[in-house]
Amino acid sequence: MNAWLATRLSAGLFWSAVALILGYMTIPALVVLMTSVSPSELLEFPPSGFSLRWYERALTYPDFQGAFVNGLIVTAFASSLSLLIGSAFAYLVERYTFGGRVALEAILASPLIVPHFTTGFGFLLLGANLRIGQSYAVVVATHVLLTLPFVTRSVYVSLRNLDPALERAATNLGASPLQVLRRVTLPLLLPGMAGGWLVAAMLSLTEFTASLYVTAQRTQTLPVAMYTYVREYTDPTIAAISALLITFTTILMLIANRYLGLRRILAIDAH
Amino acid sequence: MKGEASPAVELIKVSKSFDAVQAVRELSLTIRQGELLTLLGPSGCGKTTLLNMLAGFEVPSAGSIVIGGRDVTAVPPYRRNTGMVFQNYALFPHMNVFDNVAFGLRMRKMAKFEMARAVGHALEMVKLEGLASRRIRQLSGGQQQRVALARAIVIEPKVLLLDEPLSALDRNLRGAMQVELRELHERTGLTTLFVTHDQEEALGLSDRIVVMSRGEIQQVATPLELYRLPANGFVASFIGEINRLPPARCRTEGNDVVFEIAGGIVLRARKRNQPTIGAGQETHLFVRPEHLTLVEGDRPAPNRVSCRVTAHLYQGAYTLTRVDAGPLGNLQLRVLGGEVIAAAPIGSQIKISIDLDKAVILAG
Repeated sequence: MNAWLATRLSAGLFWSAVALILGYMTIPALVVLMTSVSPSELLEFPPSGFSLRWYERALTYPDFQGAFVNGLIVTAFASSLSLLIGSAFAYLVERYTFGGRVALEAILASPLIVPHFTTGFGFLLLGANLRIGQSYAVVVATHVLLTLPFVTRSVYVSLRNLDPALERAATNLGASPLQVLRRVTLPLLLPGMAGGWLVAAMLSLTEFTASLYVTAQRTQTLPVAMYTYVREYTDPTIAAISALLITFTTILMLIANRYLGLRRILAIDAH
Repeated sequence: MKGEASPAVELIKVSKSFDAVQAVRELSLTIRQGELLTLLGPSGCGKTTLLNMLAGFEVPSAGSIVIGGRDVTAVPPYRRNTGMVFQNYALFPHMNVFDNVAFGLRMRKMAKFEMARAVGHALEMVKLEGLASRRIRQLSGGQQQRVALARAIVIEPKVLLLDEPLSALDRNLRGAMQVELRELHERTGLTTLFVTHDQEEALGLSDRIVVMSRGEIQQVATPLELYRLPANGFVASFIGEINRLPPARCRTEGNDVVFEIAGGIVLRARKRNQPTIGAGQETHLFVRPEHLTLVEGDRPAPNRVSCRVTAHLYQGAYTLTRVDAGPLGNLQLRVLGGEVIAAAPIGSQIKISIDLDKAVILAG
């Protein structure tokens, strides 16, 4: 009887802990979601009723529309470029031993250490100096740099998990190095590369700090437009657009999970 | 004799070093056309390095490799036309069975209809007809093994290289696969190099066995010769179970050879044609457990020795009985059945007979 009680108690404790952590992780998003359906003109929590009017406003507000399109353009270019550079880097680091390899790995991890603020500020000054100001090129360059460590890690992990015997087998069967790359290595790296691309896309879509510096009205991404909006208005539109951005990113995550397996993408953090 | 005119593979004074370690030393070896040759040795003996050099994955530090009459020492692996079966099979997980087997033919730009026929034939050879469209993940270990074999034989390689292909299978399957490998070899007639550290596999499968140790060949012989007449102490103790007796001085006495061992023990054998052993020389005697027999009562038997039973290892069909034979050290007998366990309990004194006529006698 005592043993039974102890099991029940420890199970109860375990699930309470899980519920607590889950609640803690989702509270900010939940608060914003609830506020977004409030009918009130002012930001209020908890909401006094239910209305979708702020969603309508968020979807029709021209600055948000423009910024969303900007964001998509920047994300498309930035994560693709990041994938290209990151894959090449990962291949280099995994396959070859060379002097300065350790230094290269350190440089690759540096965006995790340097604050986004500094990166954005640096690119702002550089862009001004090169007279390309706050153009798309500068925004994309910033986002590539910020997403590179994640993409590189993702491809690197896939390369590590690739059994070298597979490439040897292909070679043994008559495939030249280029054919091995095209028919065996690349197809098997594809999930890791796609995962890396998706992580980069999610990071790029929601990046704010660095983007604040390197974007202008013409090139601003959605998080920057949202910030500008909060500075001028105090209605729940901002909550609605937040909810939409969260939903969009969640859908991306779900797609990633469905086709690639989330574990594979999250493995970018595992050494 | 068959094969002597044009060997399938020739290794001429091949050496390979990795940094300070010499994995293979000036090794020369000829593989005859159509034979199944086994490289046998403990891990680290250089057999895998040798295989990788034949496939072209490793470049020899010195010496040359000739396959089918062509010097391929500097030829890259993808132009050597060797067919390799890897230890873990290395099947392409993103392709189905057909595409795995067809891979080598695609690289050779074979026409579609011809390819389909060749793949079908290869799958038939390994008894996998009807599984062409299966994913690799859906196959059992034994089936994956067969796909790997089909993929290697379909390109009609000059030499088939098998890198411990049975080691990943469970014990029951391994026996059955050995028989099938042998049958497949008969049917295809492909020159085959089989690498293993398992002496039972080697003895059961091979036309000839190459025993390797520390990068050098210890002996090349048929399984029968290898078991009966090992060339040195390493081969004697590596192939099967064997008892090594203490060093002996030998002399001839009429038709007998007499061995005197420290501790006053004298053993006799019939004189035989063994030119390496001269009178007064120090010799080493190796005796298989099956050539030691229990002697009941006072029945006369050659080379009777008293000893004390120290252990019984029951193996089903036979029992390995360990005894302490005083000056002769610890010996192991192979006794049929399991009755000996009750008849000669541990600790009891028994008499054994050592049949030296079948012993391996090596000069010291």
